[in-house]
Amino acid sequence: MADSEKEHRHVFTALVENKAGVLAHVSGLFSSRGFNIDSLAVGETENPQFSRMTIAARGDEQILEQIIKQLRKLIYVIKVQDVTPADHVERDLILIRVNAEPHRRQDISQIAHIFRANIVDIAQQDLIIELTGNESKIEALIKLLRPYGIKEVARTGTVAMLRGKK
Amino acid sequence: MKKTGAQILVDTLLYEGVEVAFGIPGGSVIPLFDVLYESPLKFILCAHEQGAAHAADGYARASGKVGVCIATSGPGATNLVTGIATAYMDSSPVVAITGQVKTHLIGNDAFQEADTTGITRPVTKHNYLVNDVRELAKTLREAFYIAGTGRPGPVVVDVPLDVSLAECDATIPDKLSLSGYKPKYDGNPRQIQRAADVINEAKQPVLYAGGGVISSGASDELREIARRIGIPVTTTLLGLGCFPEDDPLSLGMLGMHGTAYANYAVQSADLIIAVGARFDDRVTGDVKTFAPKAKIIHIDIDPASISKSIPVDIPVVGDAKRIFAELGKLVKPVDRKDWLEKVNKWKESHPLGYEPDGLKPQYVVQQIHEVTRGEAIICTEVGQNQMWAAQFYTYTMPRSFISSGGLGTMGFGFPASIGAQIAKPDSIVFDIAGDGSFQMNVQELATAVKCNVPVKVAILNNGYLGMVRQWQELFFNRRYSCTRLDGAPNFVKLAEAYGAAGFLVERTEDVRPTLERALEIDKPVIIDFRVSPEENVYPMVPAGKAIDEMIGGLA
Repeated sequence: MADSEKEHRHVFTALVENKAGVLAHVSGLFSSRGFNIDSLAVGETENPQFSRMTIAARGDEQILEQIIKQLRKLIYVIKVQDVTPADHVERDLILIRVNAEPHRRQDISQIAHIFRANIVDIAQQDLIIELTGNESKIEALIKLLRPYGIKEVARTGTVAMLRGKK
Repeated sequence: MKKTGAQILVDTLLYEGVEVAFGIPGGSVIPLFDVLYESPLKFILCAHEQGAAHAADGYARASGKVGVCIATSGPGATNLVTGIATAYMDSSPVVAITGQVKTHLIGNDAFQEADTTGITRPVTKHNYLVNDVRELAKTLREAFYIAGTGRPGPVVVDVPLDVSLAECDATIPDKLSLSGYKPKYDGNPRQIQRAADVINEAKQPVLYAGGGVISSGASDELREIARRIGIPVTTTLLGLGCFPEDDPLSLGMLGMHGTAYANYAVQSADLIIAVGARFDDRVTGDVKTFAPKAKIIHIDIDPASISKSIPVDIPVVGDAKRIFAELGKLVKPVDRKDWLEKVNKWKESHPLGYEPDGLKPQYVVQQIHEVTRGEAIICTEVGQNQMWAAQFYTYTMPRSFISSGGLGTMGFGFPASIGAQIAKPDSIVFDIAGDGSFQMNVQELATAVKCNVPVKVAILNNGYLGMVRQWQELFFNRRYSCTRLDGAPNFVKLAEAYGAAGFLVERTEDVRPTLERALEIDKPVIIDFRVSPEENVYPMVPAGKAIDEMIGGLA
């Protein structure tokens, strides 16, 4: 589709007041303006007065610009940055429960090892793998594990931070 | 000294200079009304919370001050929502104070509970739920500051009953610090210089001025610049009055029902200078065809308005008044005789007009203009009445036209006219209404009569939901589905039943004398003008067309 060719994924970080209702203001903005959101992660910062949100969203140039401007209009939002064009670190944490009959555990464990993922739970028929990484790494692991049968996935959504000046 | 939340609330309203508030009491705001009982603050008891919200909005638009409305929790708050959304779409400064159930009951489906902050989030500039009486004064002050500054808009403050009853040592903070809200007023000098350079070079420029010129108080500056350097000015619906329409440079309103000459000028322009306007779809028509030859300068206080629907070449973010002041130093008079001649030819060849057979709504509007010498405040409902009021009254002063432009709220005009009249007791205030719209908030007749608010309502009664009927006529093969308004009351008797005066006008020659008589009556007057039932608003740009592809009313 022509439209999706013009669409990019951008990652925004927003410093917001750590108050009740802030998340509703931000998520409501995305739904009421029809912006597509890939993920939204939020947590307290080093200063408990503020939280930092990381929002991964999709759209063409004009929509991405509107997203930043509309976020900046929210009273509880103090600062918004589009980190995508800058040198930055992106991380996502995923927990995957994958089918693992005893005779397949070895294979799966090897895949996990190569990805530097951790096996954090083993049960009779499945195990849970924990992986931290950027989106493409996580997608790659999911792709490799799919043939074994993924039973459940939980993800935090992307968090991001600009790299320091070298 | 300890004070209750209710007392703090009223004290803070007075601190903010609030003189009037509109609303209705209810269970969760009884303590607040107990304080109002002996407060200098004038409270206008309305008949419906929607009326209260529109009245506060009308008050704000007529005065430039923040309008205040108060309602109880649950249905009181939800009834305000249309009024709040109306104010939001038109950037009108309103603070709505709502009662809420006690904090320990929130989320419990308590009696008269509604998630007011949740419901109003998408239609407010900001909203608050106050959980702690110690936060109340600060929160209210923030609400007024946010509502009235930057791009104005409504703010809701939801106050639970126990917060109103709780006591604390209250001081009203005189300084506010809002780290996430710092409106930018001064334009970037480099952008202003770029804009000035482009203006000085333009051969066929048009100023396109919106409601932002009025809220910024920039009408004088706009007039000065336009006249000195000779640029024609078209305004949006909400911009009516920001540039005098009797000025030779005025093109009147542009857009779907704008003047043909405004639309032709915009489509032929090599430069559009948009000020405090937001390229609404009713203005641009099909955006891909809008002002195809023009560079666009956009001056607006809201950065999010820029390049939202139309790509902008030179954005200048800031307050229109300040930017005009700077821009004025840099722009020079340029000889654009050819352009102005061209524009004047369009004005001569395509004037607004109508066939004078029978009692015509346009004629009624013109007569209102004449009897008030153009000095009235005109409020409107929404639909055909609104467009005729926009087209056939000559607006020369800012804040003289009050209408629901963005949301298009039928039922807005009458309660808004009450608010406007209370803000401007010495002005003549008209509500130009349709028979459909007027009935949507007709209950406020009680408010107008009881509070001696002598607004004049001119109902352009065509027996239809006229604008929809017009679309049905033009685009739906005259299938008038559900637009015939049978069952309307006898408006004269209705007026009298409430204690207002009522007149019926069926003949053209009675229009003028009845209007004159109405102006002599010092109480609300309703005039039922039985106008041509199938009169249409022309010119008209059909949906999805370019704005120079108008139909109707063209010579």
